[in-house]
Amino acid sequence: MMAAIILVCSLGSLLLFLGSYCRSLIASAANERLPLEVEEITGITRVASPEDFSRVVQLLHLCPDRPEDRGQLRAIGVYYGVLGFLRSTIAKVAPSLKSWADRERAQCTYFVAVALGRRIAFSRDLLAQQMLP
Amino acid sequence: MGSYVPGPLQIFVSCVCFVFEVVVVVCAFRAKVLRRYLPLILYVTASAVIDILRYRILYSCGFTSQEYIYFYYYSDALLTVVLYLALISLFVHVFKELNAEKYVIFGACLLLAGTALFSYLVIQQSSSMLVTHFVVELSQNLYFVGLVLTYVLWGAILKLRETRAQLVQLVLSLGIYFSLLAANYAIRNLYPPVSSIAIDLLQFLGCFLPIAWSYAFYRVPKDARLEPATLAVHAR
Repeated sequence: MMAAIILVCSLGSLLLFLGSYCRSLIASAANERLPLEVEEITGITRVASPEDFSRVVQLLHLCPDRPEDRGQLRAIGVYYGVLGFLRSTIAKVAPSLKSWADRERAQCTYFVAVALGRRIAFSRDLLAQQMLP
Repeated sequence: MGSYVPGPLQIFVSCVCFVFEVVVVVCAFRAKVLRRYLPLILYVTASAVIDILRYRILYSCGFTSQEYIYFYYYSDALLTVVLYLALISLFVHVFKELNAEKYVIFGACLLLAGTALFSYLVIQQSSSMLVTHFVVELSQNLYFVGLVLTYVLWGAILKLRETRAQLVQLVLSLGIYFSLLAANYAIRNLYPPVSSIAIDLLQFLGCFLPIAWSYAFYRVPKDARLEPATLAVHAR
């Protein structure tokens, strides 16, 4: 009985902390302006569309991997998935939850676009190092 | 206490974990926050040192040796206590402006003693290996106490409108870590057949904290601010 209570409490708090942690990651990227080439490639300027997430992730996978952002991108991917699940289930009976989930998903897309900009800069540095005599 | 021994995958994961523990210390040094978050850095350093000692015992005594198993569980209990103290130091950071550090430290010591006493009362019927059962019980109980305390701390951060981004990320990652560990222990108690998988998972979960703290020290500037009220998970 005690173990069941601990399990329920810990899973509940895990969801709460994971959600807040992902939002803190998104918040840190929200003020960052996208590089010009990312704006051109993705078509995102200041506001991203929630539906663009998978497209930006595909673009991200075309760039060389950066170990520093791997964990964060995974966390954001999980968060985006949870939001998508919420949107297609509970949000159907609560319209305010649907619009909130869409705003959050749009911010997830923006976060991935910022990561794409960092990866492009990283690839450019790698190329510059290889070009050096 | 089982006779669990790590395989090659677990050894690899431990190595990754060790690398990130070193990265945390280096990043904290680079970001000039070593003194500010000293208890956290001490925990990570202790964890890295214990990783080395575990491998030393592993290679000299073997996977299945009593020495290795005992050292594993005793060092785990020690690390849990140090992590608990690191969590209390985060409380001190948050409550500093209210001049309530003394009360926080006093309450933390009382809670630690209470948890130790509770753990002893739970295992006192065991006629053999009393101390060993005690350290395992204490670790499990401290993880749950840590989870509850992190929850309280997060509530305090929201209530007191704490805005230090680095501190917020450290607290949230600690909350995720404690939740994962408490859930893992609960699953092991509820469904003993999946116990071996849950124990294997522990190794992976252990990597989360060093990775998240590395990110917090590397990517988030020490004076960066954010609005925690916007981080609370609720529909607006």
